[in-house]
Amino acid sequence: MKALGRFFKSLFLLELLQGLRLTGRYLLDRKVTIIYPEEKTPQSPRFRGLHAQRRYPGGEERCIACKLCEAICPAMAITIEAEPRQDGSRRTSRYDIDLSKCIFCGFCEESCPVDAIVETRVFEYFGEKRSDLVKSKKDLLEVGAQHEAQIAADRAQDAPYR
Amino acid sequence: MLDALLTLVIVLLKIVALLVPLMVAVAYLTFAERKIIGYIQGRVGPLHVGPRGWLQPIADAVKLIFKEIIIPAGANRFLFLLAPMLAMGPSIAAWAVMPFGDNLYVTDIDAGLLYVLAVTSLSVYGIIIAGWASNSKYAFLGALRSAAQVVSYEIAMGFALVGVLLAAGSMNLREIVLSQEGSLLHWFWLPLLPLFVVYFIAGLAETNRAPFDLAEGESEIVAGFHVEYSGMSFGVFFLAEYANMILISMLTSLMFLGGWLSPFQGIPLLESLFSWVPGIVWLLLKTSFFLLLFLWIRATFPRYRYDQLMRLGWKILIPITIVWLLVVGAAVVGGLGPWFDGA
Repeated sequence: MKALGRFFKSLFLLELLQGLRLTGRYLLDRKVTIIYPEEKTPQSPRFRGLHAQRRYPGGEERCIACKLCEAICPAMAITIEAEPRQDGSRRTSRYDIDLSKCIFCGFCEESCPVDAIVETRVFEYFGEKRSDLVKSKKDLLEVGAQHEAQIAADRAQDAPYR
Repeated sequence: MLDALLTLVIVLLKIVALLVPLMVAVAYLTFAERKIIGYIQGRVGPLHVGPRGWLQPIADAVKLIFKEIIIPAGANRFLFLLAPMLAMGPSIAAWAVMPFGDNLYVTDIDAGLLYVLAVTSLSVYGIIIAGWASNSKYAFLGALRSAAQVVSYEIAMGFALVGVLLAAGSMNLREIVLSQEGSLLHWFWLPLLPLFVVYFIAGLAETNRAPFDLAEGESEIVAGFHVEYSGMSFGVFFLAEYANMILISMLTSLMFLGGWLSPFQGIPLLESLFSWVPGIVWLLLKTSFFLLLFLWIRATFPRYRYDQLMRLGWKILIPITIVWLLVVGAAVVGGLGPWFDGA
């Protein structure tokens, strides 16, 4: 009896019609495509994209060359050299992040005692050659200056959880 | 002399009037395919070339035309270049006898259906020769599969057509349509329902479309018979495949769904309401429905395994058609109404 049922099911294409009905429903369903350059997915304030160095509102750079980020970086993407500045304060003379090594784990940002190194929401950057992906202190400060409003807003939003 | 020249010019104009829309239809069928399969997969398909992607097929065609045609070192040059033309020729030639309306055709020959069956069978030579001439193992495997498949399904298809011939009592495609005149229920899909389904399934197999696309089998044999083809030599195979799809869809609507006859025939109010619609619109609507079915099926079903394919062809489709031929024969002899009581 069961075999007979199966026979009729396949003879009258019942299962195939069920399959067609299913795909037919998807045909009319809402599409999930995000048309990328025009539309973008929403981002979390914790998004970890391109790095930036921040400055205090007064213009003084935040980084105090404690080298915690360099120490914790699992990919060893950060290289820091430090020496006292003319006014005697401790500052970096070199702060490089190799983005081709970086795994965007966010440890540098987490370890930083003064919120100097942060990861921004920028993910659409590129380099035409490998060396373009090694960001120097100057580059990072520029990124920071450009996105400071967004960076500050994101930190403020995340502050209760930190 | 002048008369003959005039006839020649008129025939040529007719051919152009047929082929230009056909090529446009092929181009936009590829667009429809990408859109519909995209929709079924929750995507939106091509969107950026032209307004809402509508120029995509033009861009594709231009790209194919400008690409280099590479002939492999081990290939048989002559056959390699002959194969695409052999694939393309029949799928265009078969269009010659297609009636688009009561007085709208390139030629009207008495054995139209036989001619279509004979000519479409030839297109498998293009595939076999392409596979052999490429001198590549994948192409050869694809060609072998395709040859066995097309030959097997030709039989089921032929039997389904015999049913149509019995029912219509004519091999002329125009007369086949006219013998379905009456109403939606007078069309042959009802008395020939199993043959209708078998014909469409065999049509899928004949055109090497999913789920019978073993000749291409992207995941197993790369691209099958056309793996070595590039540029426009590949494009011609592509054109042939899609022209064949449209051909099969149109034949199905001519033979089983009453061709250019209005579906509202015989319904008192609607018939007069829709009588202004030209017949070709109905024919094209019916054809588009089958084309949609082609794409829908491709997006739904996985590819058959080879033994399953052969089992379906020989042990299921052919017996069904033979049994139903007897039924149709009996119905015709008995003059079963409303289809066969006229003659």
